[in-house]
Amino acid sequence: MLTFLTQRLLQILPTLVLVSMLIFGLQQLLPGDPALIMAGEERDPKVLEEIREQYRLNEPIPVQYFYWMKGVLTGNLGESMRLKSSVASLVAEKLPVTLQLAAMALLIAIGIGIPAGIVSAVKKDTAWDYGANLFALWGLSTPNFWLGILMIFLFSVTLGWLPASGYVRLGENWQASLATTIMPAFVLGNALAAVLMRHTRSAMLQAMSADYVRTARAKGLYEGRVVLKHALRNAMTPVITLLALDFGTLLSGAVLTEQIFTIPGFGKLIVDSVFNRDYAVVQGVVLVTATVYISLNLLADIAYVLVNPRLRG
Amino acid sequence: MKQIIRRAALAVALSTVAVGSTLAQTNLRIGLAEDPDVLDPSLARTYVGRIVFASICDKLFDIDEKLAVVPQLALSHETSADGKTVTIKLRPGVKFHDGEVFDAAAAKYSLERHLNMKGSFRKPEIAAIETIDVVDPATIKLNLKAPFSPLLAQLTDRAGMMVSPKAAEAAGDKFGLKPVCAGPYKFVERVQQDRIVVEKFADYWNKDNVFVDKITYLPIVDGTVRLANLRSGGLDLIERVLATDIKTVRDNPKLKLSKATSLGYLGLTINLANGDKANTPLAKDPRVRRALELSIDREALNQVVFNGEFVPGNQWVSPQNPYYQQAFPVPKRDVAKAKALMKEAGVTGPLTLDFMVPNGPETRAVAEVVQSMAAEAGFDLKIRVTEFATSLKQGEDGAYQIYLIGWSGRSDPDGNSFSFQTCGSPQNNAKYCDKDVDAAHQEARTKSDPAERKKAYEKVAAKFLAEGSIIYLYHTQVLVAHTDKVEGYKQIPDGLVRVVGVKLK
Repeated sequence: MLTFLTQRLLQILPTLVLVSMLIFGLQQLLPGDPALIMAGEERDPKVLEEIREQYRLNEPIPVQYFYWMKGVLTGNLGESMRLKSSVASLVAEKLPVTLQLAAMALLIAIGIGIPAGIVSAVKKDTAWDYGANLFALWGLSTPNFWLGILMIFLFSVTLGWLPASGYVRLGENWQASLATTIMPAFVLGNALAAVLMRHTRSAMLQAMSADYVRTARAKGLYEGRVVLKHALRNAMTPVITLLALDFGTLLSGAVLTEQIFTIPGFGKLIVDSVFNRDYAVVQGVVLVTATVYISLNLLADIAYVLVNPRLRG
Repeated sequence: MKQIIRRAALAVALSTVAVGSTLAQTNLRIGLAEDPDVLDPSLARTYVGRIVFASICDKLFDIDEKLAVVPQLALSHETSADGKTVTIKLRPGVKFHDGEVFDAAAAKYSLERHLNMKGSFRKPEIAAIETIDVVDPATIKLNLKAPFSPLLAQLTDRAGMMVSPKAAEAAGDKFGLKPVCAGPYKFVERVQQDRIVVEKFADYWNKDNVFVDKITYLPIVDGTVRLANLRSGGLDLIERVLATDIKTVRDNPKLKLSKATSLGYLGLTINLANGDKANTPLAKDPRVRRALELSIDREALNQVVFNGEFVPGNQWVSPQNPYYQQAFPVPKRDVAKAKALMKEAGVTGPLTLDFMVPNGPETRAVAEVVQSMAAEAGFDLKIRVTEFATSLKQGEDGAYQIYLIGWSGRSDPDGNSFSFQTCGSPQNNAKYCDKDVDAAHQEARTKSDPAERKKAYEKVAAKFLAEGSIIYLYHTQVLVAHTDKVEGYKQIPDGLVRVVGVKLK
């Protein structure tokens, strides 16, 4: 286990360096001039020059990268050109929001997707199966922004049950916080649930036809125990991978959903920063998300080993 | 089951309300169309930021509904006969949010900060100021390099905002994270992209007219969602209602719409001499530009895209503006004349032109209408929808032949024209240059009598409208919607949300 962990950790470092170079390089390909967009309507050449100097936009790209990396290695992610606040504080402000939304969405997805997958595998070719498949198709083919706007019209404008948008921090008032995040979490969770259901179903179908399941049944075990204890545990490996990847995607920010519900998370931050060519923020956020994503993959690898003893070399 | 869900949702909703009412404060929730940039009057440059400043930072002067300059932190002003000194009497008894006294020294400090701070966007706006003298604790004197009549108008905006010298000195370029000014509300907190909260300032000089305890600004980018929040009671007031949503607001008895013709304009900027792309008959021959203008029916454009809600126009100020030149009315569409002009200019066959359009549903629709109208006069406009930031850069670089771009507008006509029309000015990326137009603009800057200034601008109009680089198309409406709980709201053409005098039932 230890060798396995060390190996995986060693692989992470070069990946992160590559990611950092990629973010930096790709961003420079974006057309547009950060100083110009920052200046907005106030386009005095002298002021523009001052901005370029202040943020080292006149330096060659490798020099700019060097300065950025130097900062990152000493824990300084840079400063937002637009807001004048540090990127680290922006990330610290947004991370809990995105974590909360991602966790809620994932819970909703697991709560709907896995039971639906199990039921449709166990009750294959029955009305249950068709119903679950229909649900999955609906979840997959409904665009987030559309479902979001429809939910706002139903639950906020017409019924008046939930706030239409905005965000309240968990620590501030947890009920209000849940009320503001339940709709976006459902929108995100709904799409994930569909994918999760399809994967659980196919993994379960495979497991249910395996020899050990036949053996378990032959031993006279209850069907419930056969399904949940024998089949499900073996079917979980691909589902865990999927969950880890999905959680990573959710953390990198649900761009459209956050925009619609005005949730101040990573997604909104990154979109606004790209449109404003606020390079330092984009770089900082992408680097943090990449780190989280890679860490989650590592956790998924560890989870396989825990679920499947055969992998413990 | 339905009952349970309903009760649960109701409980959540009620608990939210309960928390609100225990504070027993009036909280005006304003939906903004964007997240403001840094809240430092010297460094700020977005329109939406000015909406927030309207509640926290008072200015030396303000403008009223008729665009007249009225005193705010100043009491009066006097310009010397040669136009080179402006003496400003300051309002006594004014305090900053940190308790510091606002006096001549503080005013001098604020203006010098605008002038000298690194990266200050105010510098070019008030560059005419050479030195500032403190005459007595309640009077300052601005010594100008040359007479500059738009100066007072500049002082009605961010350049006229006064900051607490003590707080500004302490915070340096981080002042915008916690601005300390002398406005009716003081800054409480900001969560980026989520909210900005301000609360009533107890020592405000005009506190008897401040009725709302707290204001929460919530940036909600999507226009439909912003309106949905207003309808569901999540917001009390929203700015920049979409023209297509006007009917929804009017049909709702609980909502009210406030509007005013905006100070800005939208138009077609034609690349006259910026790089290779300017090598077209459109750039070289004013008759071709005139033909393009005559091919466009501005009223029809307004009807088709904006349900007739906006104001068609042909100058840098709207037809309602005191500086509008009545001698040059909005031209009627005349395709026959346009075709004749094209022939005169020797253009045969369709003239293909690159038409850069910043991305957006409204701009795209405008571009398509212009394209189809111009086609009848022999223009083949190739619409190139471009992301906004990219279009700015390409505009600067001259990578366009026609650019659909607007200007948010300033209260003084100089702010809408000088920088776009004079030789080598920063906004003049079409590279129009004419000595007579420059001279007329300089004349308008030195005259302080409105009638004389208008005469100077008439000379500009005579030349620029005939052969200039911008075909002005229309002026938008400032559209603000609020619930019937908001009382006493008045819309000023600059689009800012002024909160003094506003009540919340």
